[in-house]
Amino acid sequence: MAKQKKSGVSLWQEFSKGIVKQNPVLRLVLGTCPTLAITTAASNAIGMGLAATLVLVCSNAAISALRNVIPNKVRIPAYITVIAGFVSVVQMLVKAFAPDLDTSLGIYLPLIVVNCIILGRAEMFASKNRVLPSVLDGLGMGIGFTAALLLMGSIRELLGSGTWFGMTVTASLFDPMLIFILPPGGFFVFGLLVALANKLSDTDGTKQVAGCAGCPMSATCSKAEKSSGCAAETAVSTEAKEGDKS
Amino acid sequence: MIKSLVAVFLAAILTENYVLSKFLGICPFLGVSKKLNTAVGMSTAVTFVMVLATAVTWPIYKYILEPNGLTYLETIVFILIIAALVQLVEIVLRKFVPSLYQALGIYLPLITTNCAVLGVTMLVIQKGETYASFGYVHALVNALGSGLGFMLAMVLFAGVRSRLESCDIPKSLRGLPITLIAASLVAVSFLGFSGLVDGLLPGALF
Repeated sequence: MAKQKKSGVSLWQEFSKGIVKQNPVLRLVLGTCPTLAITTAASNAIGMGLAATLVLVCSNAAISALRNVIPNKVRIPAYITVIAGFVSVVQMLVKAFAPDLDTSLGIYLPLIVVNCIILGRAEMFASKNRVLPSVLDGLGMGIGFTAALLLMGSIRELLGSGTWFGMTVTASLFDPMLIFILPPGGFFVFGLLVALANKLSDTDGTKQVAGCAGCPMSATCSKAEKSSGCAAETAVSTEAKEGDKS
Repeated sequence: MIKSLVAVFLAAILTENYVLSKFLGICPFLGVSKKLNTAVGMSTAVTFVMVLATAVTWPIYKYILEPNGLTYLETIVFILIIAALVQLVEIVLRKFVPSLYQALGIYLPLITTNCAVLGVTMLVIQKGETYASFGYVHALVNALGSGLGFMLAMVLFAGVRSRLESCDIPKSLRGLPITLIAASLVAVSFLGFSGLVDGLLPGALF
């Protein structure tokens, strides 16, 4: 990725890959914590998605613009500082203009800082590409994130409280199943959605998107893209070997 | 005091379990819970960093940020403290306790961006603001309990996953989807703890 492709087609690809093909939630399985935690209602999902998209676009743009200034050794702390700055901005905006949303997102709003998607895109994409493709990449990933959250939030709200965006939809048809807006329902719906995404793309779950891009640890993993193997897997295999000896 | 500490500790492990009811730290929960020994290693490192981070961030928030009206800097200050702390712990362990470093070292860099660590530091601040009697010791006990709760979830789940490996699972459910569905069932069992602490120690919980 050292040299830039200049055709318009590739820019479109940078934008669109995040929405379906490399959907951060359903294909790359990044940012699972907010996905599971705040999708109890569709309106929360939209709010969280937009907040994260804003942070993602801004941090991608800033990091891409600073990519030749930031020394390689301290890049992760530098990225985290940039991201935390934008998250604070978004936090204050939400507090000022949408206090209800601030209450319902609670702790998960500041926790956008440690959302794997944002640090992952900074490390994998923005640090290697120009500003425009980085912004488009951030926008595409953000829209993919929002779409996945909305889908999950809609399913859980419809089944769990019989409403959609607060409007009564199915509550008169069947009794709402409370379990879907409780934590177990979050895991369950997410599992089924990932299974569906696997089915549609005709792969099984053991073959997630190849390489470090699909690893939740990619952002902080020191071995990322040095082709020396995945740190988490190496840890497992070395410990397994030690176990064999003893 | 002791009663409320016990209540906070039990609640943090069982009823407010970080993984299964607050959805914090899902990435390591799904990523490193395949084997029992990695699950224990990761969660020990997380517990250690959680307590340490809370021990540092609470006084900084109470005595530096709050008196100066800088509470809006909470996010940025806390994440930088955690990042620096993790680096420091790594260096100290490597120099002075190499055996512990060998056991935990590989997990430490992965913890910086673990939302459970940032989450616990922020949640105890929130609790401290809501309840006047929730002090520094409560915060530390809460952090310890949260870490142990994380370990409990990881260890239980490592057992579930090792069973899953020998099962014949439909193709598109293999890997992550069936893991999540199993996690959902484990979470159902943790729902059974709701109200437990209030029943055992009435009035002690905040």
